Amino acid sequence: MKVHLKGGRLLDPVSGRDESMEFLIVEGTIESMGSRVKADSSYTTVDLTNQIIAPGFIDMHVHLREPGFEHKETIETGCASAAAGGFTAVCCMPNTNPAIDDESVARYVHEKGKQVCDGVVDVYPIAAATKGRLGVELSPMAELAQAGAVGFSDDGSPIASAEIMRRAFEYSSMYGIPIIQHAEESTMTCGGCMNEGYTATKLGMPGIPPVAEELMIARDIILLRYIPKARYHVAHISTAGAVDHVRGAKKERLHVTSEVTPHHFSLVDTVVESFDTNTKMNPPLRTREDLEAVKEGLKDGTIDVIATDHAPHTIDEKEVEYTQAPFGIVGLETAIGLSITGLVETKVLALYQLVEKFSTNPRTILSLPAVKIAEGEMANLTFFDPQRVWTVDVSQFKSKSKNSPFHGATLKGKATGIFNNRKLLLL
Amino acid sequence: MKLQSRHLLGLEGMSKDELTLILDTAVSFREILDRPIKKVPPLQGKTVVNLFFESSTRTRISFELAERRLSADVVSFTAAASSVSKGETLKDTARNIEAMKIDMVVVRHAAPGSAHFLSKVVDANVINAGDGGHEHPTQGLLDMYTLREKFGALEGLRVCIVGDITHSRVARSNIYGLLTMGAEVSVCGPETLIPRELEKFGVQVYHHLEEVIPKVDALNVLRVQLERQKSGLFPSLREYHRFFGVTKEKVSRAPKPITIMHPGPINRDVELSADLADSEHSVILQQVTNGVAIRMAVLYLLGTTN
Repeated sequence: MKVHLKGGRLLDPVSGRDESMEFLIVEGTIESMGSRVKADSSYTTVDLTNQIIAPGFIDMHVHLREPGFEHKETIETGCASAAAGGFTAVCCMPNTNPAIDDESVARYVHEKGKQVCDGVVDVYPIAAATKGRLGVELSPMAELAQAGAVGFSDDGSPIASAEIMRRAFEYSSMYGIPIIQHAEESTMTCGGCMNEGYTATKLGMPGIPPVAEELMIARDIILLRYIPKARYHVAHISTAGAVDHVRGAKKERLHVTSEVTPHHFSLVDTVVESFDTNTKMNPPLRTREDLEAVKEGLKDGTIDVIATDHAPHTIDEKEVEYTQAPFGIVGLETAIGLSITGLVETKVLALYQLVEKFSTNPRTILSLPAVKIAEGEMANLTFFDPQRVWTVDVSQFKSKSKNSPFHGATLKGKATGIFNNRKLLLL
Repeated sequence: MKLQSRHLLGLEGMSKDELTLILDTAVSFREILDRPIKKVPPLQGKTVVNLFFESSTRTRISFELAERRLSADVVSFTAAASSVSKGETLKDTARNIEAMKIDMVVVRHAAPGSAHFLSKVVDANVINAGDGGHEHPTQGLLDMYTLREKFGALEGLRVCIVGDITHSRVARSNIYGLLTMGAEVSVCGPETLIPRELEKFGVQVYHHLEEVIPKVDALNVLRVQLERQKSGLFPSLREYHRFFGVTKEKVSRAPKPITIMHPGPINRDVELSADLADSEHSVILQQVTNGVAIRMAVLYLLGTTN
């Protein structure tokens, strides 16, 4: 396949380019690029006027649910959802059944990714840090790394034991692979289903205190000072205090990175007053102050990555009493829209910073090769229109699940296509 | 004048006029309860289902009585005797019952928001009979009714709610209703049982009964649950009684007699001393009687205008 991309604006943090750029891509390889390229009639022309061409976006925090929970999502529907959201790669969390805690499951997930959706989305497993995600014994990290694991996490649960966290830091440091912590001091959060504070008090809802997140991060940072060779990544950061802890640790030049979800910079806990179970996630939606702190963290670089924590659940699972409902919402197909609406339009981030948070930074954290946009390189690209106004309609989602609190929301910015592994997908 | 909503899910957000309408309507039903024949016809031909997913004796009986006295057909359903124990969801249960063509649902459930949830999935009028720690609007109304009966008005009345505020739907409904009616509301209890940011509601928070007793007209004493001790929220019932239990001796230090209320059932000599519960200043049994009148008023207003 020969493709001529014209009219688009290249935004590439790796090369520092921000300019109009045309591409000729032959069988997935960038043959030539420049402000104007000559294409004969053998090329299919794709008009990308008003659109951004960026290095392929990666969502480093996704639950694909396979194996074990295929009624919620499969690797195939999850990849279709990722592609529709403009992602050329996802990292899938290990809380499957069985958990991704041995080589065979890691390989299965990684290989399955190549077989579905024409292989247009790369699937990188994040393996469990402990066997069965039980927090008791280390997972076979070296084998898992060989099988393609790019991070270790017990996500869904914290690595609670300080001793096990210490050993996970030490062992993973040999391979330069980060420990991704779901930061939650569980002894303080049992039964909680929303942020502890004014709204929870009003609703009589059991609370999840913000300090439960901050305590765990503070502990981990203290451990990291003791084992500075390790790499620590804070998943779905959500509180002002947590952002402060990470900011401080970065100043000390510890190997700390962090991510935030679009919902944590878009919504606050007052929306729980609707008792809509699509406002229930863990960590929970926090307060306005926390939301502002998270935006500040994105702006000053304390928060490196935007990741969705895409967590599919069926309608039947979600359409129950609030306290009974499972945590989590789908996020892949609204991520770009929410980020442009909530961050770029409000001048928190410039577009090129957004591209860093969606593409370059997560790849650096996970030691994945940087996407190079240059002649002779394989094309790995995301296209999006930052001006496109659209209305979220969950029935249009490619994901098997529709659990989004953003149904009906009007957003600015939408993915328009991806190019990866020789495949072009226009949306 | 009629109620804004076709459901009664909570007192939060209800206007002074709406609350007054319910209280005034209850006055005439209260009068009926003293007649030799206590049955009136307004809900004739209507079917009310009492869905109780949590054990309750007095609230369920109170609702049943109110429904029958308004001539409604009544079906009561308790979780233990139902398909819920077989794994059926609240939604399925409610829709199945509704498919049997009922008009009103009274629901008690352990999850906050469950009455809201039901109101979205069924067409019937929904009355919240207690949703977890959230609201118990008819209890709030009957408490206000009892106070108004005793003091003539709620405006400026000083009421303190004593005990476990964190887990109490009674406390929340009282706070919302009383504040709207212009009363001064305070709470008194151990810090571990006071929810965060409660002051923002416009409620004064106390931890020492002797400090608050001289400043109030009525104490609404909440039941303390033993299971809270097990989860580390207070050390022992003995200590609770000594420091937060309302006793004759403690209230005797007030400059004038204090009215004692309790939503029941009472743990005698834990949160409330037996002598005080049975004293002339206790309105606990009036609360129970008024509860029937309030529930008749709510059922009447929702069942006849919609």
